[in-house]
Amino acid sequence: MKIAVCIKAVPDTETKIAIASDKIHIETAGVKYITSPYDEFAIEEAVKIKEKHGGEIVGISLGGAEVTEVLKNSLARGLDTALHLKDDLFADLNPLSTAGCLAAAIRNENFDIVLCGQQGVGGDNNQVPTIIAELLNWSQVNQIVKLDIEGKEFKAEREIEGAHEIVAGVLPAVFSAQKDLNTPRYPSIKEIMAAKRKEITIKDAESLGVKDAITKTKDLVVLKELSMPPARTQGRKIEGSADEQVKQLVQLLRMEAKVI
Amino acid sequence: MADKDFLVFIEQRQGVIKKASLEVLSEAIRQNKDKNGTVTAVLICADSTLLVKNITCFQPNKVIVISGHEYSEYSTESYANALQTVVEKLNPKYTFAANTAMGKDLIPRVAAHFTSPCVTDVVELIAEGSNLLAVKPMYSAKSYGKFAFNSDMSFMTLRPNVFPLAEKNESASVPVETLSCPPIEVRAKVVETKASEKQKMELTEAPIIVSGGRGIKGPENWAMLQDLCDVLGAALGASRAVVDAGWIDHQHQVGQTGKTVSPQLYIACGISGAIQHLAGMNSSKNIVAINNNPDAPIFKLATYGLVGDVFEIVPKLTEEIKKLKGES
Repeated sequence: MKIAVCIKAVPDTETKIAIASDKIHIETAGVKYITSPYDEFAIEEAVKIKEKHGGEIVGISLGGAEVTEVLKNSLARGLDTALHLKDDLFADLNPLSTAGCLAAAIRNENFDIVLCGQQGVGGDNNQVPTIIAELLNWSQVNQIVKLDIEGKEFKAEREIEGAHEIVAGVLPAVFSAQKDLNTPRYPSIKEIMAAKRKEITIKDAESLGVKDAITKTKDLVVLKELSMPPARTQGRKIEGSADEQVKQLVQLLRMEAKVI
Repeated sequence: MADKDFLVFIEQRQGVIKKASLEVLSEAIRQNKDKNGTVTAVLICADSTLLVKNITCFQPNKVIVISGHEYSEYSTESYANALQTVVEKLNPKYTFAANTAMGKDLIPRVAAHFTSPCVTDVVELIAEGSNLLAVKPMYSAKSYGKFAFNSDMSFMTLRPNVFPLAEKNESASVPVETLSCPPIEVRAKVVETKASEKQKMELTEAPIIVSGGRGIKGPENWAMLQDLCDVLGAALGASRAVVDAGWIDHQHQVGQTGKTVSPQLYIACGISGAIQHLAGMNSSKNIVAINNNPDAPIFKLATYGLVGDVFEIVPKLTEEIKKLKGES
């Protein structure tokens, strides 16, 4: 089983977002980068599949210098090798272009499975796994909470509104991880030390053969401006005994907010 | 003229049309008002007989139906194949769908098929000349991004519960066209759908959400919140802390690594308000916070803040609303 895991380095979810002076980036000074939380489930699932079926896991990440630490950490969790897609051309890519680079790294390498997080925290697009599947002409199952592999066949359970769908199909396929998929294990000191000897290969647009394609898709959709959420006006505290509070609240919800 | 037309994917599951996709249709018609293009709704389903009327009453210019038993369950490949057939035929400038599990799974795939851009989870559309700008939350709604398209064909998914439904006109006469599309071999199929036991209403679509955090002290106390949900017709939400503690399934989680919601009313019970949680519910129209700690960050966002004991206030609130509903 040859598995690719797509990993994104994102600002720590604790980060207070401030907008940079160019109005299209966030202030990165002092921001700590972490593995996108959903990608941790994708990594863990890849390791679990390898433990059961054997094989090889390649981590792939697109980005700048912030990617290195995240890939090292992923290697310590059980990936065999890692690929860092790095090029000035790759700055601020839209999901179509990002997926184009990742698909180029995956294509023709005999992968059976691609695992991703269901969304990269930050862009919050939920698009890259699906577009990779389309570009490779593979099946996809998004937001999975369970995955069983048997030979060349898979059965995946995915979260939809108020229900779970069980999808059966054949590999190769792309899966995106929802939070309940598994419980990620954290690497031991020994694994962290061993990961230092593992290889991170760097590839640019030229060596991926995507220069023309990315130049063409890069500006199809562009971020014009970032803004902060509209500030909420400070509400009111409702005082008094529990009985008085409740009576007042119900009155306000009915007469003022008009929601009940 | 194809260069200003809209196509709206109408989502149905088990023969029930999603309200969210009718919101999207309503918005497409609003956006088309000054543009004088056409708005076409496309319905992909097993049997359209009873469904088409629910679409025509919103008065799109046309409804296209693709039906057949192969569409009785959603599958990415068969639905993408059907939608692609329509897009190829109509060449619409904008293709819209609701930002649901199905919309998020289908639309980026079809967009990529046409090497076209897609923006998901759109919460606002801004007309700029003959183009649309799309606004979507980023960094879990800690900021908003405004996107511009440079393409003859663009795709978007619109967040449920944000765009209002238009007035219906039950007697509207709208042309309905049936389209057949070439069958394909489907490699991944839905073999079973399991309804979730607890969650009767989907969080992202619920008009009211009652949410619980550490302050409710243990999973045995969900019943108290469920009672309030029942009288309000609300969905049950939860903070990350209690999901991680195993008190409730992840489907209920609001916030970063959970769901981002914008209901009419969000009632936070015993939730102090970690930044990740606030990001997920910040855009709710009205927020009620009930917490015994007057310094809890949730109060900064609350429209109505009640400092007090959740175990005392919530049951009283349930009773009071029950009384009120009984009267009206």
